[in-house]
Amino acid sequence: MQTNLHLLLALVLAPLLLGIVNRVKARFAGRQGKPLLQTYFDLAKLARKGAVLSRTTSWVFAAGPTVSLAAILCALLLVPAGGTVAPVRFAGDFMVMAYLLGLSRLALILAALDTGSSFEGMGASREACFSALAEPVLFLCFLCLISRSDGLSLSAFLQTPAAHLTPESLFVPAVLFVLLLTENARIPVDDPNTHLELTMIHEVMVLDHSGPDLGLIVYGAALKLWLFSALVVGTLVPVHGLSPLAAWAAWLGAMGLTALVVGIVESVMARLRLVRVPRLLGGAGALAALSLVLTLWR
Amino acid sequence: MLTALLLVPVIAAALGLLLAADGPRRTVLVTAALVHAGLVAATFAHHPAPAFGGLLELDAPGQLFLALASLLFVAVAIYATGYLRAEGQTATKRDFQDGAAFANAPERIFTACLCLFLASMTLVTTTRNLSVLWVGVEATTLSSAPLIYFHRHRRSLEATWKYLVICSVGIALALLGNILFSVAFYDPASPIASMDLASMLPRAAAAGKPWLKAAFIFVLVGYGTKMGLAPMHNWLPDAHSQSPSLVSALLSGALLNCAFLGILRAYQVLGAAGLGDFGGELLVLFGLISMGLAAVFIVGQGDYKRLLAYSSVEHMGLLALGVGAGGLAVYGAMLHAVAHSLTKGALFLVSGNILALYHTRSCHDARGLSRALPVTAALWMAGFLAIAGSPPFGVFVSELTILQSLFATGHGLAGGLALACLAVIFVGMSVPVTRMVQGPLPPATRAPGRESALSLAPPLVLLGGALLLGLYLPAPLVRFLDQAARAVSLGG
Amino acid sequence: MQLFQSVMVALICVNLAYLAITRLRSLARLTAVQGALLAVVPLLFPDTASHAHVWLLSLAIFAIKAVGFPWLLARTLSRLEVNPVVEPYLGFNLSLLAGVCGLLFSLWLETRLPFPPGLFPPLLFPAALTTIFTGLTLVIARKKALTQVIGYLAAENGIFLLGTPLSGQGSVWLELSVLLDIFVAVFVMGIAIHHINKTFESIDVGRFCSLRD
Repeated sequence: MQTNLHLLLALVLAPLLLGIVNRVKARFAGRQGKPLLQTYFDLAKLARKGAVLSRTTSWVFAAGPTVSLAAILCALLLVPAGGTVAPVRFAGDFMVMAYLLGLSRLALILAALDTGSSFEGMGASREACFSALAEPVLFLCFLCLISRSDGLSLSAFLQTPAAHLTPESLFVPAVLFVLLLTENARIPVDDPNTHLELTMIHEVMVLDHSGPDLGLIVYGAALKLWLFSALVVGTLVPVHGLSPLAAWAAWLGAMGLTALVVGIVESVMARLRLVRVPRLLGGAGALAALSLVLTLWR
Repeated sequence: MLTALLLVPVIAAALGLLLAADGPRRTVLVTAALVHAGLVAATFAHHPAPAFGGLLELDAPGQLFLALASLLFVAVAIYATGYLRAEGQTATKRDFQDGAAFANAPERIFTACLCLFLASMTLVTTTRNLSVLWVGVEATTLSSAPLIYFHRHRRSLEATWKYLVICSVGIALALLGNILFSVAFYDPASPIASMDLASMLPRAAAAGKPWLKAAFIFVLVGYGTKMGLAPMHNWLPDAHSQSPSLVSALLSGALLNCAFLGILRAYQVLGAAGLGDFGGELLVLFGLISMGLAAVFIVGQGDYKRLLAYSSVEHMGLLALGVGAGGLAVYGAMLHAVAHSLTKGALFLVSGNILALYHTRSCHDARGLSRALPVTAALWMAGFLAIAGSPPFGVFVSELTILQSLFATGHGLAGGLALACLAVIFVGMSVPVTRMVQGPLPPATRAPGRESALSLAPPLVLLGGALLLGLYLPAPLVRFLDQAARAVSLGG
Repeated sequence: MQLFQSVMVALICVNLAYLAITRLRSLARLTAVQGALLAVVPLLFPDTASHAHVWLLSLAIFAIKAVGFPWLLARTLSRLEVNPVVEPYLGFNLSLLAGVCGLLFSLWLETRLPFPPGLFPPLLFPAALTTIFTGLTLVIARKKALTQVIGYLAAENGIFLLGTPLSGQGSVWLELSVLLDIFVAVFVMGIAIHHINKTFESIDVGRFCSLRD
């Protein structure tokens, strides 16, 4: 029951994270902002509408959002939360999770290329480039976490706190946070609120989807944010040894806090020039490599 | 007395900065040079006691290089009075290579930096403490950089920047070498008193051998950059060709020797630890590379000051070769240091006279020297013969000693290669020098006046000294050089 | 010991930052951070001989490396009218990679060298060696003259760090004179950069190409 609780909470509460992020950004800008539950209303609205499919697209375009959401749901099954283990766990499941995320991204990229439009193609190529740079960094973080605990499963190394509070135990959450910003198309990598197609990365990739398809994509994005937040919270917040209720409460509070921090980061920083993003990822990668080297050296 | 040796140039520098009139300032410069030389002569008569609690202590190699630096400084100071007077006559100058207008540095800064340069060289030669030596060598870099930038135009600025960065990085590596020496001598039970040779030499046999070797390599590369050993010599041709000739004379004749002294101190420690062969092999290697590289760049050289600079690289290589080979070659190297300093100093001063007349550094354009400046031409030709190692000059005797010793102690290959390089350099240098001396005057040259005594006397005296070394070596000098050679090779 | 290790890790992070930073002003401020970290190091050795001597050294290091040098660099930078970005010969990502490789090499070297026992605390040697590599990389792989000076400072910091366990041997005045020497060196280099800026109207050392054979 406990292990399925995570999946239920994720399915229900993921759009709330997006709402928190948007609310924080609005408050920083001095506005009242959208209601916290706005994403739910958006999803409901999109579900009621009809989809418009271009004549130049094929089944790839129609299947893209579905495959993407399915992959993310499967990846979510592998992530532990709230001091408990994940519903599905086995040795090496972190690789499956990384590649399920890759599969979801691939489905969206193929759907974008299928439209034959240059805007979508441009967004698809940018997304592919940055994700290709982000993946080794993700694996370096996983290697670092594996080497300081024992066990090759996400459930084993994600909720094990570090033995001593060393500098490298603070680096890994930081790098994972940078990866969160990259994979979820947040500032400083991509601006989700821009309306200029030439500056978009993720938004322009999904420009042609409408109706329920767009709803699936938005919901998938919310779940992906939840997943990466779970990774960050899992490395940072030790909830072992607390009673289940306290553990879940702390964990959910930390998730909300992560969304808050994402909102703050989005409000105080500007978007990086596209050529600077590889440097950001390179720096994150160097930090991850440094923490891996130091963990192994100890 | 050692304190006085340091204070005299520093006080002269301060006076040079404060005095407003040029005449008194030049007098101060010459006076300081003569007083310093007098003090150095006094150290030969009566050996001075260590100062500052053993930080300053004069031994034979240090005394040798100090005497050379002081002697050369006297010659340069006398030459400088004529040079500065001539430079002070024209207010705006035109760069003869690209016609741009430039100015000179203020003369007071030039004089002050010259005196500080002498003070820092004195510091390097009067100490046996590795850390104080490092401070002194860094001080020489900093005090000589403004001297190179006396003519304030693009090329001298480029040369100054290269000199600053390359030598600073090199000296930083030498500091790393010093630290590695500390690691080698680290013993928590009985910590070493200081980085002085007097404390290090007795304990050298018990020090950590890999650390000693690593330390020597870093010191060799670091001070070798300052000394002009290839392949770290890149700053040398640029700095020597762009700076005023008297500064080049000091750099080649005195500064390179002081940098070599740094390497010699490390070599002394290595010798006392029984690793003399390792150090010797490295010195021989760097020496041969320097000579080979100098030979390559001398052939076909179009700029006569760069020609002299590469000749300095070659002779520094020969010094390293001599010390590295050991035995009688070390005595030959000490004699070579004396002969080279005198000859190269004279040559650079003469090149200054040539540059003042022809306003070009090209060997092709500066011709007909024997018609324009007969005494200068004679000095130039004689200086070339001297530096290329032909009898009856002193360089011939020292080179012969080194080569003889190389062949006698089984370093036949090294000796053969050195001989080949010397031959190539002789031929390579003779072409531009003879071309410059002979032939008609180029039409664009302005009429030469009388050659001033101030510009002729210093190089004449220096070259005369080099000639004397070749004809007759006085017995006290032989004993002194032998003492220096023994100190270097036996580490005592 | 934990504090010492954290300071060493912080120094290594500062080195990686040196290789990745693109703005000259941030680079100059980073030298202050490295200087401050370096000033703390002599105080962290448990077996220092005389405490007054160590505090004096620490204070001097802070004054010169954390205050003096950044002030000199900022002063030089403000008088130059140059594009305030670091222009690289070796790209930033490659430099970062080179820095990480340097760190791996120095960690490996620490296991291979026969250190005198008890002399170097763990992580000191790799941190110092990485700093030296970073400094030399900055001197070689960046176009502007000012970054060459910053690289020289970083290399000197690394060499100094390597020498801190040995500061018990030898008097503190010699260490101070070494510091003063480097200060004057940076001062002279600053004046030279000012002249370069006036003469060449840029501080790009790639323009130094008129002296050659």
